[in-house]
Amino acid sequence: MIRAVGARLLQAALVAMAVGVACFLMVRLLPGDMAYRVAAGRYGMDHVNTAAAEAVRAELGLDRPWWQLLGAWLGDLARFDLGVSLVSGDRVVEELSVYLGHTLLLAVVALLLSALVGPPIGVLLAMRPGSAADRTGLAVGAVLRAVPAFVIGLVLMMVFAVQLGWLPAAGVGGWREVVLPATTLAIGLAAVSSRVARDAMVAVAQAPYLAFARTKGLPEGAVIRRHALRNAAVPVTAYLGVQLVTLVEGVVIVETLFAWPGIGHALVHAVVARDVPMVQGTALAMGLIFVALNGAVDLACLAIDPRRRRPA
Amino acid sequence: MKRRTLLASIAAAPVALPGTARAQAPVRTLRVVTPWEIGGLDPARSGYVFQRMQIAETLVGTDAAGALVPLLARAWRLDADRLAWRFALRAGATFHDGTPVTAEAVAAALVRARAQPGPLAQAPVEAITAEAGEVVVRTRQPFLSLPAFLAHSGAIVLAPASYGEGGAVRAIIGSGPYRLTDLLAPQRLDAERFAGWWGPAPAIERVSYLAVGRGETRAAMAEGGQAEIVTTLAPETVDRLRRNARLDVVTVPIPRTRALKLNASLPFFSDVRVRRAVALALDREGMARALLRSPEGAANQFFPPALPDWHIADLPPPRRDLAAAQRLLDEAGWRAGPDGIRARDGRAFRVTLRTFTDRPELPVLATAIQGQLREAGIDLQVAIVNSGEIPAGHTDGTLEMALYARNLALVPDPLGTVLQDFGAQGGEWGAMGWSSPELLAAAARMGEEADPAARRALAQRIARILHDDVPVIPVAWYDYPVAFSRRTAGGSVDPLEISYRIAGMRWAD
Repeated sequence: MIRAVGARLLQAALVAMAVGVACFLMVRLLPGDMAYRVAAGRYGMDHVNTAAAEAVRAELGLDRPWWQLLGAWLGDLARFDLGVSLVSGDRVVEELSVYLGHTLLLAVVALLLSALVGPPIGVLLAMRPGSAADRTGLAVGAVLRAVPAFVIGLVLMMVFAVQLGWLPAAGVGGWREVVLPATTLAIGLAAVSSRVARDAMVAVAQAPYLAFARTKGLPEGAVIRRHALRNAAVPVTAYLGVQLVTLVEGVVIVETLFAWPGIGHALVHAVVARDVPMVQGTALAMGLIFVALNGAVDLACLAIDPRRRRPA
Repeated sequence: MKRRTLLASIAAAPVALPGTARAQAPVRTLRVVTPWEIGGLDPARSGYVFQRMQIAETLVGTDAAGALVPLLARAWRLDADRLAWRFALRAGATFHDGTPVTAEAVAAALVRARAQPGPLAQAPVEAITAEAGEVVVRTRQPFLSLPAFLAHSGAIVLAPASYGEGGAVRAIIGSGPYRLTDLLAPQRLDAERFAGWWGPAPAIERVSYLAVGRGETRAAMAEGGQAEIVTTLAPETVDRLRRNARLDVVTVPIPRTRALKLNASLPFFSDVRVRRAVALALDREGMARALLRSPEGAANQFFPPALPDWHIADLPPPRRDLAAAQRLLDEAGWRAGPDGIRARDGRAFRVTLRTFTDRPELPVLATAIQGQLREAGIDLQVAIVNSGEIPAGHTDGTLEMALYARNLALVPDPLGTVLQDFGAQGGEWGAMGWSSPELLAAAARMGEEADPAARRALAQRIARILHDDVPVIPVAWYDYPVAFSRRTAGGSVDPLEISYRIAGMRWAD
């Protein structure tokens, strides 16, 4: 257990380092003069001109050599200081706390929704593998997985915001605004997790230990709860880690569609405006969340499956 | 989740809440939805949001016709030397923290605005001071457009307590009819009626602003009744919204032009015949109709009808004439090669056009232009870049062609834009490798001319030079479509985009 946590912490430090340096290099390698980009991000297309760009260059010291700028960022990072946004002039930590809070809210609600819907459907379908319901489930899951998030989002918006008027189409501030973007993400997640749960359940149902549990005379309810579900839960939980990739990817699109001030949205803006500290900060936050959630998934798998606790 | 509540410092502001009316129905909020995010607190960056929401005010405002009217200034006059402008402030004007709007506070806000990028920084201002209760702006030379420069959002007046150390803006404490109550940058703000405003009390008590970047989402919010004012509707959604019985869609032409910038110092575009040929090869009517859904928007000249002094009334529509374009290119020595691409002296007519996505229609138009010029034998590469790449390419000389959108009334007097865009060295958002002594002389005279008829004649002269010599090719003018919910009444659209005019609206039901 301690080793698992320690390994993840080391991984987190390496991720922070790699993400920061990679972001810095990538943004520097993009074509175009950074000062003009930052000026366009700050003052908008109506006011970006050479005078504004030169003022930005002087203010931010952009003509310093690249290794000085990178060294300054790494030095700040070692002191847990992410610096100041080149565009807004606010501290990156403060901006991130606003954006990150919104993204975490969206991601957690989406994960909960998908967990409530996806695996139970998978388990139900696994009861009768190959039946009409199972085949329909496969088809629906495949379609929902293939449809891009913005299409699902638009359809939900048209139905629940425009036609029915139950929920706001976009915005931020109350619980009602979370529902549609979270559902959009959850549908994509549930489409996959239902299939994983279904396949895991089918595999477990054919396992010898389940036949043994029945043979030794356990009631069917206990067989399902203690042997089938617990064994099937391991791949489903492990797969959550993989799904986080989908989530991070979906967040960028869904946040833009639903005008949600989250970290994906912020990252897109920061890249366009060459706001290096914000790009580094957002990418770092996303990377660390990824490590943290993967760590949590590892721990959850260990808790579910005692066999894994023994050293290999 | 940490919310940025920026107004803790003015929590004690004297806002008289009518205690008796509280028991009635909950207060409704008028919700404004636009594509523009709130990029921070600095007036140079996002002053337009606070100006349009009538939270902060400028000295000078504009009326429905775009003429300058007193706002925070009660009146202004020009000294006999024609250099010193004296602005008398409105009696009883108060900031949202309860402090009076003094000449000192206004002068300090304007001095700060002048130090930031924006129109005021480009005006020939020598000094801004407070003298005997008036704000005095001195210019280096007679500059009759000055009051118009003070209507720009960068020149909003904030209370002294708005600024923190080093002059950074820490809070938005304005003097307008609405007082900021909550700000969640970059997405939303909330404001409420300010009882201490100098003007007649607005009927609507609470307002909110939400930045929604996607056109489909904005349309859905209008249709779903989740917004009372939705601005800058995406062209493809306008027809659908017009058919909605719960909405009024108002479209006004605004003084903004999409144009092609040509580098006239290149062998391609130094010849006026080639510039005219490019203009003739464009199907501007087709693009306006099919891509912009605004047939009246096809531009036959640089200045749109929304600027009547500058718009030449008797020019024909911008018809495509490919044969005439081919003839002009032939005359200029650009002959079609075996691959259909024209060439002269062994150099193929191959240029790169830069454009950007801040205005989502620009890349689409660029692709259409690419196809149309190909038919005239010009091989156009389209590069989608950041808007900053156009001034950057102008300055380092690498720009060949650009498609851009220009606000001609950043200050309500287009002369300011003309001076910037068509100066002796051209302009980063205007001519490149081209200048006209005659235009410069007319613009200089206009800056000192007070007589409206004479000013109009000079404006027409400038417009005619730009039309005949085509340093830039106008493509399409802008429409500004806004959807109002029929739950409200009294809404109107400001063609200069200076205000959403909420203070004059009321609930209809």
